[in-house]
Amino acid sequence: MGVYWAIAVRSLRRFSTYRIATASGAFTNTVFGFILCGIYLTLWHERPGLGGYDTADALTFAWLQQGLLMPVGIWGATTTGELGERVRSGEIAVDLYRPTHLLLWWLSVDLGRAMFQLVVRGGAPLLVGALVFDLKFPSTPQAWLAVAAGVFLAILVSFGIRYLVALSGFWITDTRGMEQLALVLSTFFSGMILPLVVFPGAIGAIARATPWAATMQVPIDIWLGRNPGGTGSALLFQLGWIVVLLLGAQLVTSVATRKVVIQGG
Amino acid sequence: MVEPILRAPSQYWMLIMMWVRSSMAYPASFVLMLFSSMVLTVMDFVAIVLMFSHISSFGGFSLAEMALLYATASITLGIADLFTGSIERVGERIRTGTFDAYLIRPVPAFLQTAADGFALRRIGRPLQALVVMVFAFSRLDVDWTVARGIMLVVSIAAGTVIFGAIFVLGAAFQFVSVDSAELANSFTYGGQTLTQYPLAVFGKEIVRAVTFVVPLAFVNYYPVLYLLGKPAPLGLPSWIGLLSPLVAVVMVALASLAWRGGLRRYRSTGS
Repeated sequence: MGVYWAIAVRSLRRFSTYRIATASGAFTNTVFGFILCGIYLTLWHERPGLGGYDTADALTFAWLQQGLLMPVGIWGATTTGELGERVRSGEIAVDLYRPTHLLLWWLSVDLGRAMFQLVVRGGAPLLVGALVFDLKFPSTPQAWLAVAAGVFLAILVSFGIRYLVALSGFWITDTRGMEQLALVLSTFFSGMILPLVVFPGAIGAIARATPWAATMQVPIDIWLGRNPGGTGSALLFQLGWIVVLLLGAQLVTSVATRKVVIQGG
Repeated sequence: MVEPILRAPSQYWMLIMMWVRSSMAYPASFVLMLFSSMVLTVMDFVAIVLMFSHISSFGGFSLAEMALLYATASITLGIADLFTGSIERVGERIRTGTFDAYLIRPVPAFLQTAADGFALRRIGRPLQALVVMVFAFSRLDVDWTVARGIMLVVSIAAGTVIFGAIFVLGAAFQFVSVDSAELANSFTYGGQTLTQYPLAVFGKEIVRAVTFVVPLAFVNYYPVLYLLGKPAPLGLPSWIGLLSPLVAVVMVALASLAWRGGLRRYRSTGS
């Protein structure tokens, strides 16, 4: 257990070294937060109460969406991107003969990254947004706890998807198509282009059942206290996808490990 | 002075054709990447269509009018991104020291940086936007004259040049701050997201800022207002939509000064 903690801490330190890059990224998230607020203000002005959100919900959604984008890794993350690259290049062999579990190793690396980005890329835009707009915050300690759990589970769901995409390189030589497909699905179904509550009819119902909903829409709804079935069922929904994805990831890992042939040199 | 400028287009062409040939080595892969680039970039328009399942007008704009705004924003950014977008990787080249190689070759460093890793698949963004534009004009009742047709084409060209100049300004800033590549995204991709909506909905301060500070409003908003016969905000005259070529010239002058300034500052890596 200690070794995985050590990996996560080092991963966090590694990401904290790119200060200017992190600052310019947070600036960009903030600019997009303002743009989204302008759009949502108009949309909710035309249709008050759209999707069960009031204006404050919609504005909070904009800042949480920008804040979660990088930590959760909606568009992929450096860590799982590197894992995919190692599978392609064969360097994965080094990871496989370490006395650690492949999945847990990369999960620790990803969690270290996510924790750093959550504080800086998530916190900074949210702070600016809260200074300018009247945003909603969880009011009780239990609500904050639920939010923390929801965000943590969102990162796990997202990691599960990204890990499976990276490991697809064991079977297909050019994973760019797979990565693009993952990017399209994640952008559309996570609530990145528009809150899923605005999706009409069947598209909305389908979108809300996908694992991508669990990466962004669901944790934001936990923050807002707007989950249709309550916070408990939202967390269970995330847990359900984590079980499916991580079991799949474990299966793929063991099959891939048996399949891989390392050339001697 | 004149001779290097006359030579530039053919040099740039030679550089990008090299990248095009390499991407065409795997045609099936190229077609797939082009297709997925179209799907990915059309998402913003899908969002607008989804919004219009609940509303009939956004800030006084109908779906067809929004489609025209979206299409012009996406075409201009898409073409600028295709031809100059790669320049944002200059910071990486400065950090690793590989920028030196550009300075000793007989082609301007600017052309080499802009053509570096030219990705023809990026044409997916303007292509899908063109389809949206056809949809927009099929639903809009524009009183077409030759002058308006020319004005539309010239504005799109000017908008493309404005976005291109912003890409170059962002790259030039990386000579000062190597790791700040993402900063320019606020104005390029952020600019596209902003300009695909009627700017007046963002409030007077934003309209002032994108008119007088970062002239994003000239990319498509003022020209489209002129074309649709809508009044300009802030009490500005409606012919302001005809000024975008002028703004483009000013932006190019600024970008060129900034790039030259950055290049003079360049001291290579120490290692």
